[in-house]
Amino acid sequence: MLKFITAVLTSLATGSIYALMSTALVLVWRSTRVINFAQAGQAVFTTYIGYEVTIRSGSYWIGVAAAIISGALIGAVIDRFFMRPIFKRIKSGPIVMIAPVVATLGLLGIIQAIIGFIWGLTYQSIPAPVSTDGYQIFGSTIAFSPFNLMVLIAVTISMLLLTLLFQRTNIGLALRASAYSPEIAKLSGIKVDAIRTLGWALAGAAGGLAGMLFIPSSYLYPNAMDVLLVFGFIAAVIGGLDSLFGAVAGAMILGFAINFATSYISSKLVFPMAFIILILVLLIKPGGIFSSVKGRKD
Amino acid sequence: MLSIKSLSVSFGGLKALSNVNLELQANEVVGLIGPNGAGKTTLFNALSGLADVESGTLEINGKAHKWPKPYELIDLGVARTLQGVGLFPELTVLENVMIGDNKSAKSGLISSALGFSGSDETKLKERAMTALERVYASGIADKRADSLPYPVTKRVAIARALVSEPKILLLDEPAGGLGAQDIEWMNSLIHNLATQCSVILVEHHMDVVMSVCDRLYVLNFGEVIASGDVETVRRNEAVVAAYLGVNN
Repeated sequence: MLKFITAVLTSLATGSIYALMSTALVLVWRSTRVINFAQAGQAVFTTYIGYEVTIRSGSYWIGVAAAIISGALIGAVIDRFFMRPIFKRIKSGPIVMIAPVVATLGLLGIIQAIIGFIWGLTYQSIPAPVSTDGYQIFGSTIAFSPFNLMVLIAVTISMLLLTLLFQRTNIGLALRASAYSPEIAKLSGIKVDAIRTLGWALAGAAGGLAGMLFIPSSYLYPNAMDVLLVFGFIAAVIGGLDSLFGAVAGAMILGFAINFATSYISSKLVFPMAFIILILVLLIKPGGIFSSVKGRKD
Repeated sequence: MLSIKSLSVSFGGLKALSNVNLELQANEVVGLIGPNGAGKTTLFNALSGLADVESGTLEINGKAHKWPKPYELIDLGVARTLQGVGLFPELTVLENVMIGDNKSAKSGLISSALGFSGSDETKLKERAMTALERVYASGIADKRADSLPYPVTKRVAIARALVSEPKILLLDEPAGGLGAQDIEWMNSLIHNLATQCSVILVEHHMDVVMSVCDRLYVLNFGEVIASGDVETVRRNEAVVAAYLGVNN
């Protein structure tokens, strides 16, 4: 029973981190139809900024704020000065789909190289603001700590805010409209380019938060978020790349599958389990479980 | 109200519009007719920033304007519907209409995210409901757009154009795909709209065109081959040969 409770709790905690990354990927995909592989680089860069601020200020929470704000700014700058010019220059042919994705891969390499120049390649750590020791249940220590609980709460609040923004505000409506049909959104007076930049900024902020919540349980180095990018991408595909709800649900499905497989079968099943689920989803429902592709117009 | 002079648009080497002139007076309904590929929708696209203008001038209310970008159209008091309706399928009818008035929303990202944009949202909703009432669709405000029958989507698309209270309304084939009863209803709606704004209508249903339009422009191969009141155009030999045929 204890094993089951532990698996459920750790699934929720890891699933919530995947959810932030998958949400970041979906936000960019919805607004520009690009899988942003640079997201891992952006997230780790902003986590380094959060790390610097945490060390200098002595406050993890100021570090989190710095990571979120710098994540948003970097996301906006990348869209405005890197992606938008690419889209303007490439207007037709298969290269329209390929070039932006290749560009994000190139950007990932550039960002990780810059991190190496600034912070070096050694491992750093960000101290967690609350204990990382597992809770005691019936005299046994479980693999779920106050920090894991904090992560779960922080991600839940972030997702609620994001949901409110999308579902209850005119800016959210503009974000949704621009994703569904840029042309009609423009004719309705929406500055679609600016709204897309906002999508990149929100994604960057989500990546920054993901980094600051993930790294205290791990280490900070230039490739620290690569694994999270892979899991975030798988979660986004499972959920259907178009759906924010799907991104979260996909992340939770992934979190539960990996944690239960590693708890009950073998600890070596982390990656195999993730890819088995990915392949199953692609075989059974290629658009993703919560995809809404049918209704989209681009 | 609106004056277009010497408008030319080319796609690659192909001349889509050539020296087109068009005038629209206040509360007037002007029809734009012609065979497929004549340049009707291209003219709408040029006017709404979706096609690059090669040359030509634009005046609205006696004032010269640069050819607008799509998102500037509403600021000029112009709203447009699309041939293919273009509703956002996953949004509700009310949300679809609210998007047409998005520009009047003042709240920013942070206030929106923190939930401080309530009064803004309420005003937007009220205006959207008023627009829906004008097309007799307020009863379906909460339905998803992809659950609506086609004729109703046409009404919602017009409500979305009306919500910004435009002075000039561009209607692209509003009667396309409608049955006789809905076409009759659309006729009376366009008549009503003309009491509050000017309308340019692209339409293939000649019954609608002849019933609601004060004047017509006939395009063929990107050029205006005739213009004037409905009767004058109907009798024009070039128009009969190019578009109307002997039975009209």
